[in-house]
Amino acid sequence: MASYLLIESRDPFDSNDVQFTTELATGLAQAGNTVTVLLVQNGVLPARAGAKADGLVALLNAGVTVLADDFSLVERGIAPARLRPGVTPAPIDVVLDHMAAGHKTLWH
Amino acid sequence: MSQKTLTFALMDPPYESANLTTAFRLLTAAAERGYNLNVFAYEGASALAFARQAAHPNPVHGKNLAEENHPTTREQVAALLACAEKNGGKVDWVNCGMCVDERGVNEFVPGTRRGSPADLHAFTEASDNILVIPTK
Amino acid sequence: MAKKTLNIVESAYRAVMEEQDDTILWVLAAMHSAGADHTVVLRANAVNYAVAGQAAPALAVGEWRQTQPPRMDRDLTDLMEKRSIPVFVIAEDLSDRGIASSELIPGVRLLPRAALPALCAEYAVVSHW
Repeated sequence: MASYLLIESRDPFDSNDVQFTTELATGLAQAGNTVTVLLVQNGVLPARAGAKADGLVALLNAGVTVLADDFSLVERGIAPARLRPGVTPAPIDVVLDHMAAGHKTLWH
Repeated sequence: MSQKTLTFALMDPPYESANLTTAFRLLTAAAERGYNLNVFAYEGASALAFARQAAHPNPVHGKNLAEENHPTTREQVAALLACAEKNGGKVDWVNCGMCVDERGVNEFVPGTRRGSPADLHAFTEASDNILVIPTK
Repeated sequence: MAKKTLNIVESAYRAVMEEQDDTILWVLAAMHSAGADHTVVLRANAVNYAVAGQAAPALAVGEWRQTQPPRMDRDLTDLMEKRSIPVFVIAEDLSDRGIASSELIPGVRLLPRAALPALCAEYAVVSHW
């Protein structure tokens, strides 16, 4: 089984196509792969506790690790304490860790 | 650990997309690790290293040229090259030749070069990993 | 006398780091300086511009440092206080994003989605950005 990093720069309020990442990530996880989704840019907007975020809930329920880019959070005034449980802030270096480890890395 | 080589394909034009801010953060973090970097600047991204970009003042902010200190992507490209060199890495920054011709941006920051999709293919073959950051 | 213009702004955080502001709000402010009569309605992701306490980190690339990163809450405050441009935010777009009205900067006005058509009727020009 492989490891994947999916970088989600879009948000469900602006783009129905975030469903692509949700479906791909959950499908990969259900097939036994190790999957991480990193939310960046406006992709972090559904990560606020209380936000409408069905896709994010599906990811967490599927065992996908969900990270949120710390820079994008600060830029939008979202403190770590305001995040939905299960979403963890992460530095951009996490992308390099995955790439250096040879994990398949996709940007959406 | 052996020195890693990563390839990034960029597509967004300067001053229009948050993708490039994230891209420069990624490239900088990689350069600080001493990684070798290949960048294929395609479509609008071929203007990132255009040498004649100029900063401007900002009358809405009430700031003159010096106070506004407006960023230019050509400065960021040059700083990235210097950062990589300082940390023992190399950057091969390729500006898609047909893209720069279309846009009239055929004057590059020193240290970047003109190239073609064949370079992206060669980068992909020679890299430990690749990330495409597409435009939308 | 300038045409009363309602500007419904959807685009958010697209080029703010590179331009050190939002290009739509910037052009509206610049047009105001030229005599335009603007009102702003923030909808969709742009409602997040009204959240107090935003502070984008300065970008750094090697030795290069950004010194004037954007402050979107400050820019909105400037629109309202320095230029007397009214700013509304769509209430439902806030709640969809888990944003409480107590988190907003002073001066912005909540507007229910259902009230937007009536607001449009008050303006000679309505633009969506």
